[in-house]
Amino acid sequence: MVNKKVKINETIHDFDENLTIIQACEISGIQIPRFCYHERLSIAGNCRMCLVEVVGGPPKPTASCAMQLKDLRPGPNGEPPQVLTNSEMVENARKGVMEFLLINHPLDCPICDQGGECDLQDQAMSFGLGKSRYTEDKRTVEDYDLGPLVETHMTRCISCTRCVRFTTEVAGIDQMGQTGRGEDSEIVTYLSNTLDSELQGNIIDLCPVGALTSKPYAFTARPWELQKTETIDVMDGTGCNIRVDSKGNRVMRITPRENHLVNEEWISDKSRFVWDGIRVQRLDTPFKKVEGNLIPTSWEDALSIASETMRCGNTSFVAGDLVSVETLYTATKLSEYLGGTKVLGDLDTSGPLNGRSFYVGNGKIEDLDKTKNIILLGTNPRKEASVVNARIRKAWINGANVYRLGVKETLTYDVNELGNTFFDLQIFLDKMGSKKSFWTDTIFLVGYSFLNNRSADVALNTVRSYVEKFKSKFLIIHPNASAVGSLDLGFETDVKVKQNVMKETKTIYNLGCDTLEVGKGSFVIYQGSHGDKGAGSADLILPSACYLEEDGIFVNTEGRIQYARKAIQPPGKAKENWRILRAISEKLGYIPNWQDLNGLRGALFDDFPLISEPGKIIMVPWETAEKQKKLGSKVPLKAYIKDYYLSNCICRASKTMGNLARARNSLNLKKAS
Amino acid sequence: MLRRLSAKQPEKFSFSKANLKWAKAQLKKYPKGRQASAVIPLLWKAQEQEGWVSKPAIEFVANFLDMPEIRVLEVATFYFMFHLKPVGSKAHFQVCGTTPCMLRGSEYLIDVCKTRINGKQHSLSSDGSMSWEEVECLGACANAPVVQIGSDYFEDLDKESFEKLISDVETDELLVPGSRSGRFSSEPSNMTRKYSRKKLSSENASVERFRG
Repeated sequence: MVNKKVKINETIHDFDENLTIIQACEISGIQIPRFCYHERLSIAGNCRMCLVEVVGGPPKPTASCAMQLKDLRPGPNGEPPQVLTNSEMVENARKGVMEFLLINHPLDCPICDQGGECDLQDQAMSFGLGKSRYTEDKRTVEDYDLGPLVETHMTRCISCTRCVRFTTEVAGIDQMGQTGRGEDSEIVTYLSNTLDSELQGNIIDLCPVGALTSKPYAFTARPWELQKTETIDVMDGTGCNIRVDSKGNRVMRITPRENHLVNEEWISDKSRFVWDGIRVQRLDTPFKKVEGNLIPTSWEDALSIASETMRCGNTSFVAGDLVSVETLYTATKLSEYLGGTKVLGDLDTSGPLNGRSFYVGNGKIEDLDKTKNIILLGTNPRKEASVVNARIRKAWINGANVYRLGVKETLTYDVNELGNTFFDLQIFLDKMGSKKSFWTDTIFLVGYSFLNNRSADVALNTVRSYVEKFKSKFLIIHPNASAVGSLDLGFETDVKVKQNVMKETKTIYNLGCDTLEVGKGSFVIYQGSHGDKGAGSADLILPSACYLEEDGIFVNTEGRIQYARKAIQPPGKAKENWRILRAISEKLGYIPNWQDLNGLRGALFDDFPLISEPGKIIMVPWETAEKQKKLGSKVPLKAYIKDYYLSNCICRASKTMGNLARARNSLNLKKAS
Repeated sequence: MLRRLSAKQPEKFSFSKANLKWAKAQLKKYPKGRQASAVIPLLWKAQEQEGWVSKPAIEFVANFLDMPEIRVLEVATFYFMFHLKPVGSKAHFQVCGTTPCMLRGSEYLIDVCKTRINGKQHSLSSDGSMSWEEVECLGACANAPVVQIGSDYFEDLDKESFEKLISDVETDELLVPGSRSGRFSSEPSNMTRKYSRKKLSSENASVERFRG
């Protein structure tokens, strides 16, 4: 890195010479208007809004997004080059560019969904001429169908090509492009195909005007009337940072927040569009089963039934996929009091996972940026962690090699296939031998289709011993938001333990797990938010809040602690999860020494210091791997998520997700034929 | 001009044997991984072969160069010299309409096109054998007005000679490219002095005598 002195307006700064002028200005706190430039996309330089004056340079304004500092010439006596961002030339240039952009932009702000949060609107206010001198006809452009998520109003397009660059570079689909030239250039998809990507919703945020807007959100709210809550997404284990916009007690939309360590500034379509699933299929009152039928009942009745059954026999707790740590903690305490077991619903390992060095690893999501070799072991990041997948693609573009052991599913980058069994993994490990340069620059991403396989404990041990020996990185990709939290609190995943639990327990307290298969004879209490499979097979239903309706802590797949905040009230008689569990505890005679959420969190942090620091990952001591055994198992790995859009109860309730699933199925059928 | 793919498309496209050999040779011009650079020459070859660039041709080129179809479509729609609709099976007349040709009467040629071929450019004549378009400067201003068919230039045209050219195309006569006014190339059309080698040398001698 070579530094260079550059004078911006009147102050001299010292910058890395590889920065562009716009980046340097950003660092020194000067905002340059822009449309096409975006930090995480390639540079196009076609909107011309970021023009600045380079003193002593060419006698015309320069596009600051496309000019590197090292290309600036020093002054005649060797003084540092000067950039002016507010000179008369710059102001006139901006006015001129703004006028050109507005020539063909319709004046339909009152009926445009982008109104109020539109870059073009804002920048026309700040830098524009104030009035139009244009009296001729404006051009109109045909709209096209991008699928059930993104609505197009192409007449509003200013051809910044951010959407084209995003879909090609980040999402990894080569469908969008800009055809034609000049006045007739259009943003299109090839043969007007709909987009097939899990990240397509991000082009709505990227579009600086109202050309690409959200279809499900269309014409329902204005940005200034929305209540904004910054929270955490639970649709996968990545823990994407989101902002929930609600109006009254309805969630109107979900948008990403920037967090470079986790989701950069992207979120998956599932995280973004799942909100219509929160409104429907809700459990809004307690139900009890009477002669095979579920009938509504009161909380008083439901709680007494629950406590009566739990008092009689041993009770096991089953954690679902969307449960916050507070809920799990209250359940843990109650379980300790009752002396039962507690298990995690969606993971069946062949051995116990004894610590974070087993179920989290020593890697972080950001490590993917710096690692040369990425080995996917039984995971499909595209489905299980779409945003992490974009990160892997970024690494692949920058030259990383990706290897895959597992089911051959389409990803957004090329992979070197290793096979589909642990035996194939052993062959690969033997082939690579102890090539230190390879292994030290390697990250293992291990997924559930690996962990759920028979003899996964031996294979995991092998991976861990390589990590230990060569200081490689290792990260488990948990597809579920509650996984790491429940494992931290000691929920069992061992398949033998789980089978015993299902056989022997009289009462099963199910915390929103819809994949649970319960034998006959046991009494099932289902505490959850949606009327899905789990609720259907329950004997007693306790309606609870979903992830946007209560405060909660979630631990993401890399062990990062993040706080989710309450955006809206739960519907009907539904209550916050921890409150329900506390009420039952009291009925059973166990009175926790806390009353409210703060007290609960205090107790939680005392008991589990791993979960105490928000935003951070607490590194734990590495537990030494056992002696490595040869892997000989030829049992093929099975894909963990079959239908990406229908992977949890909130998605299954969502109409948008249903449409997407149907669209993808028909696309797959078309591809197959 | 809004450029879209034609509504009518052929079933498939593939290069002829000779063209395929040529295309494979083209690929070797570029470093490994940069084959996409050959997209314009390949599209041009496809157009030479078929007369126009069809959707199967775009897909063939995309496949051949291992690049996304949309990127080839972007190139094909950007350059006006790629025809995205079928052109006349016998001839596609490209009438120069830029200033020098216009001053020398290209508007009359366009009128002829409109009456003899089709009222609209880029449209086929009734039997599908001919089509026409107005193009920008063909670079033969000294022989204005000019019409290009394929890679041949037909120069110094007027209404009559152009009508004859169209009739010749219709009746499959052999077309002779070049001037229609009797000029050999772009020498002055009303030559008052004819130079011979002898004359020139004597002129040079007189100049030298003057200098001396």
